[in-house]
Amino acid sequence: MSFHGRPDAIGTEDSAPAPSETRTETIVLRGRKVVGGRAEGEALVTRQTISGWGGVHAQSGTIIETRHELRGQSFKDKVLVFRGAKGSSGWSVVFHTARLAGSAPKAMVFNEMTTKVALGAVVMRVPAVTDLDRDPLEIIETGDWVRVDGDAGLVEVVKRRSTDAEELS
Amino acid sequence: MYLTDQERAMLDGADGKAKQKAMELLVRYAEALGAERLVDTTNVAGVPGQPTPFLAEYYKDFPGGQDAIFSHFDLDSDEVVEMPKVVTRACHLQGGVDPVHWDVLGAPPEAARRGREGEQYAAERGVEILKTCTPYLVGNVPKRGEHCAWMESSAVIYCNAVLGARTNTEGRESTSAAMLTGKIPYWGLHIDECRLGTHRIDVEVPVDDIMDWGMLGYFVGDVVQERIPVLDGIARAPDLVRYKHFGAAAASSGGVEMYHIAGVTPEAPTVAAAFGPNTPIEVIRYGPAERRRTYETLNANATDPNVDYVMLGCPHAALEQIEEACRLLDGRRISASCRLWIFTSRAVRQRADEAGLTDVIRKAGGHLLTDTCSAIGNALPPGTKVAALDSAKQVHYLPAMTGIQAWFGSTADCIDAALTGRWKGGLR
Repeated sequence: MSFHGRPDAIGTEDSAPAPSETRTETIVLRGRKVVGGRAEGEALVTRQTISGWGGVHAQSGTIIETRHELRGQSFKDKVLVFRGAKGSSGWSVVFHTARLAGSAPKAMVFNEMTTKVALGAVVMRVPAVTDLDRDPLEIIETGDWVRVDGDAGLVEVVKRRSTDAEELS
Repeated sequence: MYLTDQERAMLDGADGKAKQKAMELLVRYAEALGAERLVDTTNVAGVPGQPTPFLAEYYKDFPGGQDAIFSHFDLDSDEVVEMPKVVTRACHLQGGVDPVHWDVLGAPPEAARRGREGEQYAAERGVEILKTCTPYLVGNVPKRGEHCAWMESSAVIYCNAVLGARTNTEGRESTSAAMLTGKIPYWGLHIDECRLGTHRIDVEVPVDDIMDWGMLGYFVGDVVQERIPVLDGIARAPDLVRYKHFGAAAASSGGVEMYHIAGVTPEAPTVAAAFGPNTPIEVIRYGPAERRRTYETLNANATDPNVDYVMLGCPHAALEQIEEACRLLDGRRISASCRLWIFTSRAVRQRADEAGLTDVIRKAGGHLLTDTCSAIGNALPPGTKVAALDSAKQVHYLPAMTGIQAWFGSTADCIDAALTGRWKGGLR
């Protein structure tokens, strides 16, 4: 198996052979299907858990929790990469409502399995993967391009170019 | 995953379309969790078919009437099915509006009408209309070891930790499906070893009133997130109301669904028993500094001492909390610049009516309301800028959802603010 997601392969054979300023790096993480399907988009990453009801404005997909690091940002059309769910049992209702309102994320990648996040992912009907072979929060940064193959449990991360990263930081 | 013959038949449609759709959802959910099988459940608490304003509007042109909301939303089904009778003990948790005093809440008449229709729809199918986040206060008290499927994070944590019954934090869709099938994924807190402690909390300060228990819960939830804390050093066992405030807070700052208090809660005769073979991942101290920091965090969003709204009853007030509020009001009227709303369940309200407490609150200028709360019902008195609350959970949610400031303190601090229009609370 020569999947280019192996820990020893980062930044070497994974890197596209291009001049350094335009060089991109692709990393593949392998995990377990939560919800099948394929989707891709720009990553929105948080190391914090997300509260659904009372923490997210469903109609816009915006995080509203008072002290959340993503407060004011929307996950609409993003690949949401996060630690897991917390808070109210209304988690699935909020993410389900976001789907109906057209503000759902494209896909979800998360670390900690709970009933809230599992049910929310199911009724949101977006590809979702967990139990990855490496911590996605260490590897994926906001702005990276992420492809999620739910059925195969694969997450492909195209790192944002380093020059862009500096401009954005 | 493994399905019994009965479950397989249900999935194949032998028991009708609705149960088939419910089973399909449960299987998708169980597979997402990585559960190996389902378990029979006998006690389900949810909000089946509840027509929230968004859902009523969204599905208004869909054929099927209330079955459309139940099918498409509750069961996540692409086709409309007729909701049959439930097969478990099933209750309806809190709703969005007081069915009698909806005008106090500023709700339009159609919200009350919609609420009544939703309620009737569920009641006709065998769902007990408790309309509260505290089913355990009004007669739904699962027995130890009973497999339940409950929504409402503050009720879930009570069900597990205090009663020793077994439920994960379920959602609207999974509880509706469980009511029709009597099944829920066998995962997480249904399993013995998943109920053992993970973190030890050494409590080094006295924990007395609901303000203290709320702060301790808020601290614990923040540090353990969704893990299972074991509290050591609790000198005096909490009563029902204190459990309620501790659990609600821990399930808001974190996702705590189960905890142990050594020597107190049913699955923790000792600290060692609470952990079983687990070694604590972390030992965390809750002393004066942690208590103060938690108090400051809970009050971080408030600066204006002019309080124009006091809300009590999150989770829904027990009768003794309504009595306490009445005692603190002591025959006085609240400030003309402030409103006082106290939320409870219909059943407790009836007892408060009979005990004359509702009248005491009314004469003081306040309202005793049912079914909902400011956060759930998204309902504030007009022009509210600064609230005072005695619930860490409500402080966690209400400012985030409405943009107001909110002070956190004791019930006495809150009633004082209602009487004077000024916040004079503090950590004592």
